[in-house]
Amino acid sequence: MPELDEKKVLSILESYGKDPQQLINVLLDIQEASGRNFVSSSWSKLTSKVLKVPLTRIYEILTFYSMFSTTPRGRYVVEVCQSGPCRFTGSEELVSWLEEALKLKVGETSEDGLFTLSRTSCVGACSSSPTVKIGDEVFGGLLRDSALELLKSFRDDNRAAREKFLCPS
Amino acid sequence: MSKLKELISLGAGHVRSANVEDYQALGGYKALEKAMGMGPKEIIAEVLEAKLLGRGGAAYPAGKKWAQLLDIPENPKYIVCNADEGEPGTFKDKLILDKVPLRLIEGMTIAAYVFSAQKGYIYVRGEYRAIQKRMVKALQSAREHNLLGESILGSNFSFDIEIVSGAGAYVCGENSALLNSTQGTVGRPRIKPPHLAEVGLFLKPTLVNNVESFSCIPSIVLMGGKEFLSLGHPESGGTKLICLSGHSMRPGIYEVPLGKISLREAIFDPELGGGVKGGRFKFAHLGGQSGPIVSEKGLDITYSYTDLRKNGLSVGSGAIVVLNDSVSVLEYLKSVIQFFIHESCGKCVPCREGGKRVLRYLLMLSEGKMGQREIQDLKRLLNVMRRASFCGLGQSVPVALLSAFKEFPECLIKKGSFAA
Repeated sequence: MPELDEKKVLSILESYGKDPQQLINVLLDIQEASGRNFVSSSWSKLTSKVLKVPLTRIYEILTFYSMFSTTPRGRYVVEVCQSGPCRFTGSEELVSWLEEALKLKVGETSEDGLFTLSRTSCVGACSSSPTVKIGDEVFGGLLRDSALELLKSFRDDNRAAREKFLCPS
Repeated sequence: MSKLKELISLGAGHVRSANVEDYQALGGYKALEKAMGMGPKEIIAEVLEAKLLGRGGAAYPAGKKWAQLLDIPENPKYIVCNADEGEPGTFKDKLILDKVPLRLIEGMTIAAYVFSAQKGYIYVRGEYRAIQKRMVKALQSAREHNLLGESILGSNFSFDIEIVSGAGAYVCGENSALLNSTQGTVGRPRIKPPHLAEVGLFLKPTLVNNVESFSCIPSIVLMGGKEFLSLGHPESGGTKLICLSGHSMRPGIYEVPLGKISLREAIFDPELGGGVKGGRFKFAHLGGQSGPIVSEKGLDITYSYTDLRKNGLSVGSGAIVVLNDSVSVLEYLKSVIQFFIHESCGKCVPCREGGKRVLRYLLMLSEGKMGQREIQDLKRLLNVMRRASFCGLGQSVPVALLSAFKEFPECLIKKGSFAA
């Protein structure tokens, strides 16, 4: 993914009519376009300038909502659900398999910048527990082998190979 | 006879979600046409007669909420749908948002007609970002069929809906926090009163209802409040989407008539939950993390708002998380408290600090270090959180704990000394 430039950020701001009410949407889009799942201080400052909102308000949003990060993360943030239904149907085992496969601890990012491993609150796919959210997609019912296969599909950028793990909605 | 009833989930998975013709083939938009030939008071009378209780968790009578808003003369009024579904174990709104969003849109449009509102918002949790994109198409399809936008069905009634995204904050499920978040600020709750009906979105009168509540409206208008009521319990009409998860043999979403099945049937009936996997049934957590815990003893209670409330339980969001006997009650409670610690918005002390202290007591309990005095302290702390927390989040932290202590005193004694 090409690095986010000023033109792209401005076009995101434009697409929401430069409306401060759309700040959360704007920041989610900037984060997605960053390629590294974060909103940098320079893009925050630009947003603040264009939307005419104080920078503090932008930081308040970035630090309040758990989906945001102000530091670079992996291109794919692997978020394991830790709420009740997943927690008691194997999410901790899933975390340990992912830690082993990625050679990462929860909260760390791989050296190639591809993966960050983290935990999340309920993602609303409880009937497929234990679940893991990567990008906008939620995958479920993973065992050790299928978790490895899922990671491989992201490494290979192979959408078709991961479709079978998608949670039904 | 089947224990399932398709009303709000009708068509889910069988129709193209963003296709008005598909939805109309199921009888969709007939209710809007009918409603536009009725007066606002007449429509509200049907909602009142239906005894529709809010499906988000608080179970506030929708008809009453609507009647209160109608009495407020100030305009404009806003129609807001709470689709922040963040209660762990709850995934029923997702079914509607993803599979039959037009039923929700029709319900909101009827509400807008009642209050002559011109603008509505659907606040969808950030975790459902992929669904948000599909919903935009459903809104577009409704606009193309003149069922949304300017001069709906050739009348002088105009109404449009916008999708708003959350970004990962459970507290935004609280209606006033949700409105703050919709305005593009952080989602911390507001002090009440004033109620949102008077001072809501952009400080204007606002109706906030859950996805499932709005989705009941077309059925109520079409069949009439009386028939809707008769489908369910005499005190709470209609059907309820329940979400089975955890150690349920058949996890998923089921639409059941209120008051016609017991909790045991919900969990064990082969057509519904089908039993427990990996061990024997130990307990179930009802209505999300903010709901109560029920043991084997409570399973014969009828699944309705009234019957559960009478027994100190609640329907809440409709979540039923089933746990087998491999799960320690204390470990489960720790995970509940960890959730609340993570999700506390930090605005008020009882919730922000209380959660951490409760967790400390639970750790002491599992180490067997709880004496009489600590037990009294914990009880006092829970009471403070329930009474002094700013919003429903902190207020409901004690619910799971107190119900678990009541249902499983022996579990807690064995490890520690919670005998008192």
